[in-house]
Amino acid sequence: MAETPIQHTLKTTVTMMVFALIGTALLAYFFEITRVPIEASEKEARLALFKQILPESAYDNALLTDVVELPPSALLGSQHTTIANIARLNHQVAGVILEAVAHDGYSGDIKLLIAIRADGSISGVRVLAHKETPGLGDYIDITHGKWIQLFNDESLSKSPPQSWQVKKDGGKFDYMVGATITPRAVVKAVLKALEFFEKNKKMLFTEVKNTTLPSVPSMPIQGEKP
Amino acid sequence: MTNQYKEIALNGLWKQNSGVVQLLGMCPTLAVTTSAVNGLSLGLATAIVMALSNGSVSPVRQFVPSEIRVPVFILVIATLVTVIDMSLNAFAHPLHKVLGIFIPLIVVNCIVLARVESFAAKNDAVPSLLDGFMMGTGLALVLGVLGGLRELVGKGTLFSGLDLVFGPAAKQFVLTVNTDYHGFLLAVLPPGAFLGLGSLIALRNWIEIRKTAKTNAASDLSQPALIN
Repeated sequence: MAETPIQHTLKTTVTMMVFALIGTALLAYFFEITRVPIEASEKEARLALFKQILPESAYDNALLTDVVELPPSALLGSQHTTIANIARLNHQVAGVILEAVAHDGYSGDIKLLIAIRADGSISGVRVLAHKETPGLGDYIDITHGKWIQLFNDESLSKSPPQSWQVKKDGGKFDYMVGATITPRAVVKAVLKALEFFEKNKKMLFTEVKNTTLPSVPSMPIQGEKP
Repeated sequence: MTNQYKEIALNGLWKQNSGVVQLLGMCPTLAVTTSAVNGLSLGLATAIVMALSNGSVSPVRQFVPSEIRVPVFILVIATLVTVIDMSLNAFAHPLHKVLGIFIPLIVVNCIVLARVESFAAKNDAVPSLLDGFMMGTGLALVLGVLGGLRELVGKGTLFSGLDLVFGPAAKQFVLTVNTDYHGFLLAVLPPGAFLGLGSLIALRNWIEIRKTAKTNAASDLSQPALIN
């Protein structure tokens, strides 16, 4: 056992390195073989979600790749670049799928996916992620209640902006007693998304004719505070 | 030999159960058990990680100097968890969405490192593998029971979300005990986790106490002279 401190240190270091190397190699290998299935299942999950809010018959383009990148916008509640998917039928814009965030929920952000038809009416809304109280505020989620379907076929022309409130505040939207803050935030976010759509319709409709390559629009967003 | 395996299994499932006796790995125990399916799924994932990490640390244990054993063990566990995380994401995507952040958290679950350190570092590969699996299974059972309890009391259903694991066909196995039940929110919220776990620990202790009382009474009768 005549091992000098240097030898000991070296041995320890080499052992650690060998284990790190084996670990990294294993990870690299599994990353390689799972990458394609992960991408495929994410794509599938996304398409399944789109299908819930926009019927497949409403479009015939590659919805996932026909996108417009939107800079951060106060109306959408976004702090980063978001993506809008454009649905086209026979090369005519049939609708837009927007991502919006409500910051004034009961706890944390509520992420929404909103499909708006070309005529400005809502095709469907879904909650992507939320941290509302289970069993109380979570009825905005389709797995816990049908409330979110109240937005189906709503539009700014059908219901004036002042009616876009929960009934308690004098609006037209139902809510559950004991959880008003959550639906209030969602209604407000959907209204703002509709306003965003109206203000930026032209940009959303004219951008990206190429359906295979996503491109970044350079046109400024209308109706935004800098 | 078979006795040793029996002992390991008994330890993991009952005597040293990580969920209600050792009380290690409380974070997932309390956070994920909002339904039976969630609890069981995470428990099984943990069991697989424990079996694999125990099984892979044991054969290389003599090459690992004691100064760096903990970093090496953590490295092995982290690698395995990441592999499972990626595989779940690729081949069971809906389940991955449900268990989300808890899968990577298996890395920091004390029970995994505890078994590697206290068992796999001293024993052969096969018993180590079994120990990890049995300890994990014990935990999975506790998670499943606790999740089932909270789900039943909180939402009045059992096995909801089974379709996320086995596909839409499994939806028919979801039990709704009472369609008129409005739910008891407390059970699903964090306090319900503590109350439920407390009840399970009490139940296990009660069974143990009764058992020892019985064996004591039995030995009292057969060999009265030896007691005292």
